[in-house]
Amino acid sequence: MSFTVFATAILSAMLINNVILMQFLGICPFLGVSKKSSSAVGMSAAVLFVMVIASAVTYTIYDLVLYPFDIPYISTIAFILVIASLVQFVEMVIKKFSKPLYKSLGIYLPLITTNCAILGVSEGNITGIWTETTPYWEGLFTAVSVSVGTGLGFGLIIFAFSSIREKLDGSNVPAAWKGVPISLVVAGIMSLAFLGLAGII
Amino acid sequence: MSKKENFLKGFFKENPIFVFLLGMCPALAVTATFETSLGMGLLVVFVLTGSNIVVSLVKGFIPDQVRTPAYIVIIATFVTVVKMLTFAYAIELYDALGVFLPLIVVNCLILGRAEAFASKNNVVDSAIDGIGMGLGFTFALVVIGIFREFLSTGGIQWGVYLPFFVDQPIHLFTLDWIIHLWNDGFVIADYGLAVFSLPPGAFIALGIILASFQFKKTRQDKREIEAKKLLIIEKKRIALEKKKATAIKLAKAGE
Repeated sequence: MSFTVFATAILSAMLINNVILMQFLGICPFLGVSKKSSSAVGMSAAVLFVMVIASAVTYTIYDLVLYPFDIPYISTIAFILVIASLVQFVEMVIKKFSKPLYKSLGIYLPLITTNCAILGVSEGNITGIWTETTPYWEGLFTAVSVSVGTGLGFGLIIFAFSSIREKLDGSNVPAAWKGVPISLVVAGIMSLAFLGLAGII
Repeated sequence: MSKKENFLKGFFKENPIFVFLLGMCPALAVTATFETSLGMGLLVVFVLTGSNIVVSLVKGFIPDQVRTPAYIVIIATFVTVVKMLTFAYAIELYDALGVFLPLIVVNCLILGRAEAFASKNNVVDSAIDGIGMGLGFTFALVVIGIFREFLSTGGIQWGVYLPFFVDQPIHLFTLDWIIHLWNDGFVIADYGLAVFSLPPGAFIALGIILASFQFKKTRQDKREIEAKKLLIIEKKRIALEKKKATAIKLAKAGE
């Protein structure tokens, strides 16, 4: 549990293994919500929030419940149920304690249950970080660091992409490429740029 | 809607990827080769058909408020079955698909079909819809997969991830033999566009394929609009001629 672990996990999850451009998780909100910068910021804040809580909870459940009781094969069912109920729970808590936060994040929270980035990060934590011998707190710390980095990377890309898209709306694109095709090509060029960061760690 | 239409609608008219843009994550992530795309598609066919059948069977019992969580649990059960089967019979495919195998649970296509079709129709129709839509999804994945693998390696391979029917990996299709007609030492795989097997190539390849679909559609729309315009002009001309004819008749009658 050190700062180096935290910094490495965040940097690699945010820039090198970017969740959208390299791992292709969360493409639906990437194409759907990124039409305006303001909604992109709201969505990515909600995703970051839920992702950190969800990865901590799912890691805990896997390490303390599913593995000791010898039922790791139902992890998919358990995780999706946990995430779905967690999203509802978070929505209720935010509604109760912070009206302005609920106003800005509220409409994005129901969409998050079917956001593959959340389940993807939870599953990735199990296959990538969890081992039989890792102490619980150490693994949990790494899992949370990775999910913070992933959430930040998601926000970074979705915000940058929404800014590009606002420009793209006003530009003169051939009719066949209008809309999603040109957005995908722009995303491909962004992904090419991020491929160049692969060597920094 | 007849059963045949119900089955065929998933391929072109309501194709999940090319028309509705559902399930884009696997469409980008697992389509680096033909085989992984085919494998993913067939797994989705199985899960979609199974979940559609079960959802249409239990649609009367589930209260309306909790139907989405219930559908998700049904889908997750089938995904777990598929995960174990793949692990047992095609471990290479299991490793290649990685995290995208459990992520079939949150594929919008499957929940969308459960919500939009299976919860309103009977078992037989739902099963047909599941198979048709799943095969449409497979068709789209395979198109992208062939496009990417051909551009990145110059051929289509079989037997690496799906070790069925063959002992050794074989080339289903390759351009090598054409070039061997005049140059023996040439290997086309060395000159492939490797970027198409990497993440950027996935975005660009899907962009190109979607653009070609959109191009076809815009041209069709244009043609339809032009045909309509021609029809209107024709109608106007006929109306004008009729008017003239009646005017001449009236004039003759007046005489």
